[in-house]
Amino acid sequence: MQPITVLDTLGVALAAANVDTDQLIPARFMKEPRSVGYGQFLLYDVRHNEQGTPDAEFILHRPNAADAEVMVSRRNFGAGSSREAAVYALVDYGFRCVVAPSFGDIFASNAVNNGLLPAVVEEDDAERLLAALGDTPAAIYVDLEKQLIRVAEVEVSFSISTVWRTKLLNGWDDIDMTRQHANTITDFAANYARQFPWTAPRLPETEIISKG
Amino acid sequence: MSTPTTLFDKVWRAHEVHRSESGQSLLWIDRHFVHEGSFHAFNKLAERQLPVARPDLTFGIADHYVPTLTRDLAGVVDPKVRSMIEQLSRNTQQHGVALFGLDDPRQGIVHVLGPEQGLTQPGMVMVCGDSHTATHGAFGSIAFGIGASEVAHVLATQTLWQSKPKVMRITVEGQLAEGITAKDIALTWIARLGADGARGYAIEYAGEAIRSLSMEARLTLCNLSIEGGGRCGMIAPDQTTFDYLRDRPWIPQGEAFKQACAYWATLYSDPGARFDLEVTLHADEIAPTVTWGVSPEEALPIDRAVPDPEQLSDPAKARQARESLAYMGLTAGQKLTDINIDRVFIGSCTNARIEDLRAAAAVLVGQKSRVPGMVSPGSTLVKTQAEAEGLDRIFIDAGLEWRHSGCSMCVGMNGDLVASGERCASTTNRNFKGRQGPGARTHLMSPAMVAAAAVSGRLTDVRTLTAGVDSSVQATGAR
Repeated sequence: MQPITVLDTLGVALAAANVDTDQLIPARFMKEPRSVGYGQFLLYDVRHNEQGTPDAEFILHRPNAADAEVMVSRRNFGAGSSREAAVYALVDYGFRCVVAPSFGDIFASNAVNNGLLPAVVEEDDAERLLAALGDTPAAIYVDLEKQLIRVAEVEVSFSISTVWRTKLLNGWDDIDMTRQHANTITDFAANYARQFPWTAPRLPETEIISKG
Repeated sequence: MSTPTTLFDKVWRAHEVHRSESGQSLLWIDRHFVHEGSFHAFNKLAERQLPVARPDLTFGIADHYVPTLTRDLAGVVDPKVRSMIEQLSRNTQQHGVALFGLDDPRQGIVHVLGPEQGLTQPGMVMVCGDSHTATHGAFGSIAFGIGASEVAHVLATQTLWQSKPKVMRITVEGQLAEGITAKDIALTWIARLGADGARGYAIEYAGEAIRSLSMEARLTLCNLSIEGGGRCGMIAPDQTTFDYLRDRPWIPQGEAFKQACAYWATLYSDPGARFDLEVTLHADEIAPTVTWGVSPEEALPIDRAVPDPEQLSDPAKARQARESLAYMGLTAGQKLTDINIDRVFIGSCTNARIEDLRAAAAVLVGQKSRVPGMVSPGSTLVKTQAEAEGLDRIFIDAGLEWRHSGCSMCVGMNGDLVASGERCASTTNRNFKGRQGPGARTHLMSPAMVAAAAVSGRLTDVRTLTAGVDSSVQATGAR
């Protein structure tokens, strides 16, 4: 995973609350293998009309939007489904950071697992950033070590858990980290099986009978 | 005496394999459910050439993409949909994971099947790549949805890194009146606290009204925890729980069951246990509730009118209401009961258990639906049971389609879609824009309320329809 320290890049304002996972990637696109690139599906129904014609006014269709790496939005971004595809759509489009006053819980974990920084800012600060960015892609600076974001004259701080910050700064991967604890896990599993023997799945011996 | 402990903390501690210096816990996972959408995770495993660490604790369930018109894979027209179901079969087979596939008589939606089979048990930590995994917390387990990277992590290690959430308790005092269901409790607290009101919290539901809920109703309540942003939702196990579990196929028998029950009975929040947040509702405050907007927080009692953005003092709320009303095709200040519908859907992991179908059928018996619609039971066993009770005839006679089990029109992945611009009264969990299909307009409500909407062709207070009907045939979710 590519580490993040500083992003000196373009940002876009998506001035809406509750940008949920079903908007980030409509379910019908999730049958595709990741190799097709999920960026094309990002916010598909928000930025296209029913005939599939792109809305030229939409922020992602403005000049230079393809170079944007930071999205600023309103509260409850990524609420809803556990679909990691919502993060794939953002990452494959080129985003490295989303800034919002709050994030869906599972979305935020998924983001960090894919090197996408979910930066939490105060509601007022989100409004100031949105206003400073305006309706075209504009310069934005994000510093993960110092936990600050700057757009023109507006500078705000953001919060992120220490664990996630460390993971993103180093580009760490959980599976590698956990496998270092393999022996601890094996010991735990053995003790656990002794203490809670009933948790071991007991294969049904009889025919299945509906219990209603 | 030791420090009073919450139910959540008791279960969490029993599963803590290791705690890192940064305070993250590595948790042991008792049950891991995978479905068609888990293919990304299996691909990640393949890239690393890793085996599934504990296939015996992993269960495959075909639900998200399964057809509801046929149980025959060859009948699936879209080759990409067919391929999703086939990939799950291949991946589970390759790794020696038990599969409840399309043609299995036990097949169903993962969150209906798990409890029904007794795979879900109190005191467990359970995960699945699906946000409604919170459902299983109804048994007093910690259950939550995870993304594909985490699914891959659990497959590879049977553990998961988690930061311990804060714990909140939602207490519902008093007894629910007739016609008020678990769905109404959920929509009421979510409307009050917001769709991110429980973000960062594990929720414990408690109080007299909760204790009186049937197991099915508890499952509905915990299912919707995620719609208020909660990490998980749980209810302390009690006699209702034990009675439900006894003799389920995967539940221990005899002495082992007694031993398990003795442990399960210790799983409650001790008197004096500290919660980070306490929220109290009184059952009297809860009315049949429907959503009018595009977030579950946009919900109101059925006797109210949709908001008028001009009357809202908070500019952010006014802006959101304006946008939601525009998408939903509603007029500011319109009465909810004046909203005509085009379609109904009874199904999903939220409200498609046998009690839900009975509640809807009790309203529809001898009636005609004024709009088209479908009923998709939560599992194949629920379908069989409903047919044994003659509920299928009630739905069919009312003019609704009786389908096979799956996630179906809740998320539309299998092609069961609401057309653009159509308005659907739905027993599901999300009224997001485009959730049931591009341009679809969703109103969430309980099964009886959907049935009432079907009968009158518009959003309707079920209590005005069932007044005078023999109360013994009405299922209200309360025992």
